[in-house]
Amino acid sequence: MSLSELTRSRAREIIARYPHARSALLPMLHLVQAEEGYVSADGIALCAEELALTTAEVSAVATFYTMYHKKPVGEYHIGVCINPGCGILGGDEIWNKLCQRLGIGNDEVTEDGKISLERIECQAACTHAPVMTANWEFLDNMTPETAVDVVEKLRTGQEVLSTRGPKIPTFKENELLLAGFDDGLTNEGVQADELMLAGLKRAKELGQSAPEVKP
Amino acid sequence: MTLTPVLSAHWDEPDSYTISGYMRHGGYTAFKKALATDPDAIISLVKDSGLRGRGGAGFPTGLKWSFVPQNDGKPHYLVINADESEPGACKDIPLMMANPHSLIEGIIISAFAIRANHAFIYIRGEVPHVFRRVNAAIREAYIAGYLGKNIMGSGFDLDVVLHAGAGAYICGEETALLDSLEGRRGQPRLKPPFPAVAGLYASPSCVNNVETIANIPYIFNNGVDWFKSFGTEKSPGFKLFAVSGHVNRPGIYEAPLGITMRELLEHAGGVRDGRSIKFWLPGGSSVPMLTPEHLDLPLTYEDIAAAGSMLGTGTPMIFDDTTSVVRAVTGWLAFYKHESCGKCTPCREGTYWISDVLHRLEEGQGTEADLDTLVELCAQIAGRSFCALGDAAATPFPAALKYFRDEFVQATITPANESFDPIAATVFAGASK
Repeated sequence: MSLSELTRSRAREIIARYPHARSALLPMLHLVQAEEGYVSADGIALCAEELALTTAEVSAVATFYTMYHKKPVGEYHIGVCINPGCGILGGDEIWNKLCQRLGIGNDEVTEDGKISLERIECQAACTHAPVMTANWEFLDNMTPETAVDVVEKLRTGQEVLSTRGPKIPTFKENELLLAGFDDGLTNEGVQADELMLAGLKRAKELGQSAPEVKP
Repeated sequence: MTLTPVLSAHWDEPDSYTISGYMRHGGYTAFKKALATDPDAIISLVKDSGLRGRGGAGFPTGLKWSFVPQNDGKPHYLVINADESEPGACKDIPLMMANPHSLIEGIIISAFAIRANHAFIYIRGEVPHVFRRVNAAIREAYIAGYLGKNIMGSGFDLDVVLHAGAGAYICGEETALLDSLEGRRGQPRLKPPFPAVAGLYASPSCVNNVETIANIPYIFNNGVDWFKSFGTEKSPGFKLFAVSGHVNRPGIYEAPLGITMRELLEHAGGVRDGRSIKFWLPGGSSVPMLTPEHLDLPLTYEDIAAAGSMLGTGTPMIFDDTTSVVRAVTGWLAFYKHESCGKCTPCREGTYWISDVLHRLEEGQGTEADLDTLVELCAQIAGRSFCALGDAAATPFPAALKYFRDEFVQATITPANESFDPIAATVFAGASK
C-alpha cells in the first residue's frame, strides 16, 4: 500500500523544522507508523525519497530503534516494565499474568488485532512501580488484577484513562503526536500526581522550604 | 536536613505546566534580564555557581559552556538531553510534565550564553504525554514572543524544536544522541573531538540535561550566593531526588545536595514495615550498589565517590531483604545486553556473555568458577568501549559480589527464586513478615 499524499506533505513539514533534512528521519518514521501501524517497505521508500537517502540507509536506522515495528502491532500496544526496579516490585508477575490471559508472548498480537505485548525497559517512572504503558501512556502502580482489567477494557472498546495522561489514544494517533503533530490533549490528566508531589507535601507538613526564592 | 522545593515548589497547582502557572511565580523574568547581559558574564555566573550536570556525570556546566569556541563563524547548537532512560532515574520526566516552562526559560538563557540560535530538546519517544506538555510550552513561549526572531527586541533569535527519540537507552549518551538527532543509528562517537567543538552537524554544541537547564533561571534570578547556600562546596545546589523501591512513600523529594539517604528515607516513610534495607543504588543501575552502612553518607558527588559509588542521577532505588541480589543483577545485565548499540566488540559480546552466565546462576545451574569468569568478563569490558554504557554494564556484578558473595555462591546450588520468593518482593504482596 502506498502512503497517502497527506503523509507525504506532513513529511515535508517535518523536514522544514530542521537545518539539515536528515534530522527529520526519526520523526518521519513515527509518521509512517501513524498511517500504517508499522514501518513498511513503502514507508521506508517514502522516507528515502523525501530525504534523498537509499532505502538501505533508512532501514538501517529503522531497525536500530525498538519503537519502530517491522510488522503491525495491536491497536493498543501494551508495555510491561520488567527492568528490576519494576520487575522485582511486581512487573514480572504482571507480565506472566498478561501472557497467560492473552495467550501471546513478547512482540505478539492477539488474533483480533486489538492487543500486542512488549517487555519494556525503564520508563522513567520508577517511583510509580510497577509500571505499564498502553500506546506509551503511563499506567502506574499496577497489579496483575488491574493489568488484566485494563487490557480487557481496551480489548472490548471501553474507555481507559492513563494514570498521568489522557484517555488512551490508539497506537497510530500517538505515533502522529510523536511525529510532532499536536492532538489537543495537553490539558488532559493531572499536572502532577501524589507521588510526584510527595516531597512538596512533606515539606509543607513540616513547614520546610527553600530560603527565599526570588522570582 | 530540610526539604527545599525550588524546581518543584509549585507542582501542586493545577496549571503548573502552563505559561500562566509559571509566570504567577516569577517565571520568565530571568531571561529578560539575561538578554540584556553580556553572554560571557552569564557563562561566568554559571561557572561561579558551581552548578554540576544533573544527568549523571556531574560535569561543571559553566565549564562545559566555556569550551564552545566563540567568533568561529559556525552556527552553535544547544541540545537538551531529555532522553531519561537510566533504570531508577525518574526526575526529568516529572519535571517536564509538571513545569516544562522552567526548562524553556533555561534554554533561552543558556542558548544566549553560548550564542546558539537553535536548540533541540531530544525527548525519549515513550512518554507521549510529556511530549504534549513540552510541545505546548514551546508553542506558548513562541506566542508570548519569548522564542522566535528578535526576542523582546534584543536582536537575539532562537528556535526550539522538540524531537522524539524512538526507544534506545544509548541515546542518553551525548554523542549517540547527536548521531540520533542527525537521523542516524544512535551510536556513540569517539571523543575527542568533544561536542563543544564538533557536535551537532559538526558544529560547536552543548548537550545539557533537563534538570541542569531548569536550574538556570533560578540561579540567574537569585544569584550565586543563594545557590551556594544549598549543598556543599563541591556539590552546590538542590536536587530532585526520586526515591523508589521498597519504601512506604516513594516519590520526588527536592532537597539540597548533601542530605543523607537516611534523612531522605525518613521523608519517604522508611522501608516497608517489618523489613530492612538490603542494598540501595544512589543514582541508577549504572552506579555501584551500597548497603545500610552507607546510609549516613551525604548525597554529594564527592562523598558518594569516596565510598566507591557515584551519585549518578541522584535517584535512589531501595531494595529490602526480600530481594534476591542475584535476580536484580541478572535483570540489569539483561538490560545492558538489550541496549548495547553493538558498535564496540567488548560491550556487544561481553554483555551477551555476562548475561548468559548470570542467567545460569540465577537458575541454580552455575558454578563457583562462574563467579571468577564474570569478574574477568567485567574487567574486559570496563574501559574498553567508546562510551560509558560498557563501563556501566561492568558495574553491577562486581559491586554486588563485594557485598553478597555468599548469596552468589548459594545461587550455584539453589535457584534465586527458591531462596527468595518473588511474590514477597512485590508491592502487592502486602509488606512484612
